[in-house]
Amino acid sequence: MSTPRLVEVRQKILKQNDVTARALRQRFHDAGIFVISLVSSPGAGKTAFLERVLTLAAKNYRVAALVGDLATDNDAARLSRSGAPVKQITTGTVCHLEAQMIHDAIEGWFPLENPFSSQESRAIPGPQLPVSPEILFIENVGNLVCPSSYDLGEDLRLVLLSVTEGEDKPLKYPTIFNTADVAVITKMDLADAVGFDRAAAYHSIHSVRPGMTILEVSAKSDAGLDSWQRFFTQRLDQWRMRCASPIST
Amino acid sequence: MHELSIAMSLLDALEEEAERRKARVIAAHVRLGPLSGVVKEALVSAFEMARQSTLLANCQLVIEDVPIVVFCPVCNAERPPVSIQEMCCSFCGTPTPRVITGSEMELKALEIES
Repeated sequence: MSTPRLVEVRQKILKQNDVTARALRQRFHDAGIFVISLVSSPGAGKTAFLERVLTLAAKNYRVAALVGDLATDNDAARLSRSGAPVKQITTGTVCHLEAQMIHDAIEGWFPLENPFSSQESRAIPGPQLPVSPEILFIENVGNLVCPSSYDLGEDLRLVLLSVTEGEDKPLKYPTIFNTADVAVITKMDLADAVGFDRAAAYHSIHSVRPGMTILEVSAKSDAGLDSWQRFFTQRLDQWRMRCASPIST
Repeated sequence: MHELSIAMSLLDALEEEAERRKARVIAAHVRLGPLSGVVKEALVSAFEMARQSTLLANCQLVIEDVPIVVFCPVCNAERPPVSIQEMCCSFCGTPTPRVITGSEMELKALEIES
């Protein structure tokens, strides 16, 4: 037996997830689907927020949602009330979504090509939706730790934080705030009742992620949903311009 | 606790390399940053547990901690931040979201014998 030797490898441990996520992002991009994911701790109000957001977005766009849950399909049932097509991913004991789960969930659910492209459409066995959505929302499993490591092929990642959770939560989970694009403070209708310290929350978020965009919303009173709509429309327009540009990545 | 999933992805990569090189992997050198979302101690325990059922039951896991480095626009230089909770330049105090290193979770090298 020879003496041990050291060989350089240099590859990401989650290489497989990254490869799958990159391929998904390219396919979404080619099909003109803007993908937004939501992460938060359990109970921060992802489903309530998403139900309102889906209802509003459905007025102007073809929307759909994928929702990850450990065991039940309760969230999918709630989101279906928005009228948008919703599909559940039951992860079992897995505490986060992975790119392969997204891939498997959309396979056969809707055609993944641009309805406006001249290419002849590829036959996929039994898609439930005749055309692909323009906007796909992905609700991750409630968890502020594990989802941070997994790219899902999304274009925009929202991290939600409710006013009842404690203003210093970003300091306890800095990594998820570093992988997300925007922070959404939820349950603003309860802010006064729970003595929410807005300045402290902003300070925590900007301490772990300087300059991060912060939105304040209430799914119950609809407060702040207009600023969400403006933010969302702006990001969608920017994304569509990037997609149309020949030098986009 | 996604460290078990990560340990299993790592073992898959190691088995693939062992097979490709027709060699025995005796140690895996991994680079881990604080912004990877992985807890080092949890990864070590998960790896020790997951390796039992593989051909890599004796493979060692050597973890190199990668520090967080940010780009400071005022110093115009790469700097360590004050802390993971306070992402500002530790020299001049300017807040900066530009992370240069610290999110690594990579298999850097293998010690093999054939």
